Amino acid sequence: MKKFITLFSMSLLFLISSPGNASLNVFACEPEWASLAKELGGDHLNINTATNAFQDPHHIEARPSLIAKVRRADLIICSGADLEIGWLPMLLRQAGNSKVLPGKTGYFETALEVTRLDIPTEISRNLGDIHAAGNPHVHLDPRRLQVIAESLLMRLIEINPENKSDYQKRYHHFKQRWQQAISKWQDKAKVLNSARIVIHHRDWVYLFDWLGIEIAGALEPRPGLPTTAAHLFSLKKTLIENPALMIIHAPHQSPRAAKRLSAMLDLPVIELPYTVGSTPQTQNLFDLFDAILETLIQEKLKKNIDGPA
Amino acid sequence: MKLQSTLLGTLAITIGMNYYPLAFGQTGNSLNPDISLTLDGRYTHYNNDSGYELPGFMLGGEAGRETQGFSIGHNELSISSYIDDMFYGKLNTVIADHAGETEVELEEAFIEAPGIGHGFTVKGGRFFSDIGYLNNQHAHSWDFTDAPLIYRGLFGNQLIDDGIQISWLAPTDIFLKLGAEVTRGGRFPAGGATNKGRGAHTVFIKLGGDAGSDHAWQLGFSHWAADIEERTSASHSHGHASEEATETPAFSGDSKVSGVDFIWKWAPNGNSREQNFKIQAEYFTRDETGSIEMLGSSPAEASSYDGKQSGWYLQGVYQFQPRWRLAYRFDQLEADNRGDDMDVLTEAGLNDEDHTPERSTIMLDYSHSEYSRLRLQYAKDDSYEDTDNVISFQYIMTLGAHGAHRF
Repeated sequence: MKKFITLFSMSLLFLISSPGNASLNVFACEPEWASLAKELGGDHLNINTATNAFQDPHHIEARPSLIAKVRRADLIICSGADLEIGWLPMLLRQAGNSKVLPGKTGYFETALEVTRLDIPTEISRNLGDIHAAGNPHVHLDPRRLQVIAESLLMRLIEINPENKSDYQKRYHHFKQRWQQAISKWQDKAKVLNSARIVIHHRDWVYLFDWLGIEIAGALEPRPGLPTTAAHLFSLKKTLIENPALMIIHAPHQSPRAAKRLSAMLDLPVIELPYTVGSTPQTQNLFDLFDAILETLIQEKLKKNIDGPA
Repeated sequence: MKLQSTLLGTLAITIGMNYYPLAFGQTGNSLNPDISLTLDGRYTHYNNDSGYELPGFMLGGEAGRETQGFSIGHNELSISSYIDDMFYGKLNTVIADHAGETEVELEEAFIEAPGIGHGFTVKGGRFFSDIGYLNNQHAHSWDFTDAPLIYRGLFGNQLIDDGIQISWLAPTDIFLKLGAEVTRGGRFPAGGATNKGRGAHTVFIKLGGDAGSDHAWQLGFSHWAADIEERTSASHSHGHASEEATETPAFSGDSKVSGVDFIWKWAPNGNSREQNFKIQAEYFTRDETGSIEMLGSSPAEASSYDGKQSGWYLQGVYQFQPRWRLAYRFDQLEADNRGDDMDVLTEAGLNDEDHTPERSTIMLDYSHSEYSRLRLQYAKDDSYEDTDNVISFQYIMTLGAHGAHRF
C-alpha cells in the first residue's frame, strides 16, 4: 500500500513537473521575434505571434484572443522599450499568468538587450509619440539581432534547461549562417552607403545606421502623427536643395502621404518589407534582409542608369 | 557603481531569485507610478426646459441630463503602478462640478493581484463592476458623450462598488473568463449595505476570439443581485406641486439584473490604424420585488412594488480614415412596474406613463493624436415625453501616462 502511494505520488509529480521534451509556449509580440525564436527553438517551441506584418505594432487592441494566448505562454518575446505600451501591459494584467510578468524569466524585451538609438534628451508629448527608452525598432540591424539571439538563447536555457544542448546547437548553427549572411549583405549594400532616403516613420533607423544610409526626411512631422500639407511643403523644399533617392514606407503604413510627396518631386514610392511576412517571399529573417536589400539596391541602380540622383 | 552591480548580482544569485529589472518605464522616472490626467469639457444645447426624468425608472447615481451651456465634465486624475511583482494598484479620482460645487469623487481605488498565476486574478477595493461590456470603461473612453439609456436607467450611468472580485481565465484557445464579485451594496443602484456590508453579488462570463485576421468578437453574460434597504432616488418633480421636493422615494427589497453583451470589430488585416468598424450591443433586464416608501411624506405613503424593466442599445462606430470616426446609436427602454398603490409609484417616477423611452444619437469625432479628441454629437431624445434635440460638443484630452488600447 505504502509502495503504491509512493508510486502514485511520484507519477503525479511527474505529470505536474513538465517532462523534458514538452514544447514551450512562446508568445511573440511581432513576427520578427517569432522567427528568431523559431531559429533557436525549432520544434521545442510552440509559437504564437500577436501581430502580422500588416499591423502597426504601436496600435494593437488587447483583444480576447491575445489575452487567451498570453494566459498559456511560458515566455513572451516583445520589442519592448514601450513599443507595445498601449496593449501589452493590458494583456499581462488580464491574463492571470505570473510566469510572464515584467521582471520574471518568462518576460523578454529584445530592445533592452542592445544599445538603442534616438534616446530623447527631452521628453514631451509635444514631440509626438516618442519612446523614453529609445527607438524600439531594433530588429532591422542584423548585428543587434545577433546580440539579441545570444540573450534569447540564455533565456531559453534558463526556462527550459532540459533542452539546453539542443538550443545551443541550433544557436551555433544560426550564428554561423547569420555571420555569413551579414558579410554578404554588407558587401552587396556598399552601393547604398550615404544614399538619402525619405521615410514615413522612424522605424528604419537601425537599418540605416547599419548601412550608412541617410534619413533625408520623415513624412510624419512628429513620430506617430499623420503628415500635414505644411510639413510636406517644407520637406519638398529640403529635398529640392538636397535630393533623395526614394520614399519608403512599411506595409502597415498607408502610402497616401508618400504619394503626395512623390507627386511634388517625382520620387519613387517603395513599400519596403519591414518584418517577416511582409511579402510571400519573406518567410524568415534571412529572407527579410535579402528582400530589403534587393529592393533598395534595385532602386539605387535604376537611379544610376537614369543619371545621378 | 560596478562594485554595486556585482554585489547586487551576487545577492540575486545567492537568494536564488530569477528576477530581471522591471521593464515598464525602465528609463526616466522608473520608480514613479503612472500618472494620467484626463480633461473633459463640454458645451450642450437642448430645447426642453422641463426637468429630466426617465418614466418607469428611478434615477440615481450620475444619471441625468448634461448641464445646459458650457460645463466641465469628468476630469480624472489617475495614479497606477505595479506595487511589487505580485500586486498592482490604481487610484482614480474624478473632479467634477455638481450644482456649482466642485466635488472630488473616488471613482476607483483598488489593488489587483495579476501575479497569482493559473489564470486567477483577484481585485479588491472600489472598482467598476465587470457587469456588461461598457460598465468597466471610463467615461472618457466611451464612444459618445453620454452613457446608453439603459446604463442611465439601471446603474446611474455606471455600477461602481466596494468589494472583491475574483476571475479565472481558462487555458483554452478561445477566450473564456469567469468571474464573481461580492460588494458592499451601499451605492446606487443598491443601497443600505445589507447583509453586514456584503449586500451585492455579481457573476459574469466572457467569451471571445478572432475570426480570421480581420475580425474579433466578444460575447458576455452577467448577472447582478442585491438585497436593498432604502435605495433613494434623486428627486422627481414631474407635473406635481413643489412640496414633493421634500419627499424622496425609497425602495427596499430584492433586485436582480441580467445582461448580455456582444461586440464585433473589423479592421482590414487587423490594422485598426487606418480604418476600423465596431458593432456593440447590450441588453439588460431588471426584476425587483419589495416596497416603495415616500420618505418625508406625511401621512406616510407606501406601496408594494413589483418592477420589471429592460432596455437595450445598438451602436456602430466607423473610423473611415485616420483621426475621424462616425457613429450611430439607438437606445430603447421598457418598464412594467406594478404595486398596490399606483399613485405612490407614479410619484416615485416608476410609472412608465405609457411611454417607451427611445433615443437616436449620431456622433462625429476627430482625434488629433492618441491623446486628444474633439467630438460633436446630436441626439433626438425621446427618453421622456417631450422630444428633445440635444447638441453637444466635447473635448477629451489625456496628459501623462499612455492609456491602454482595450478591446
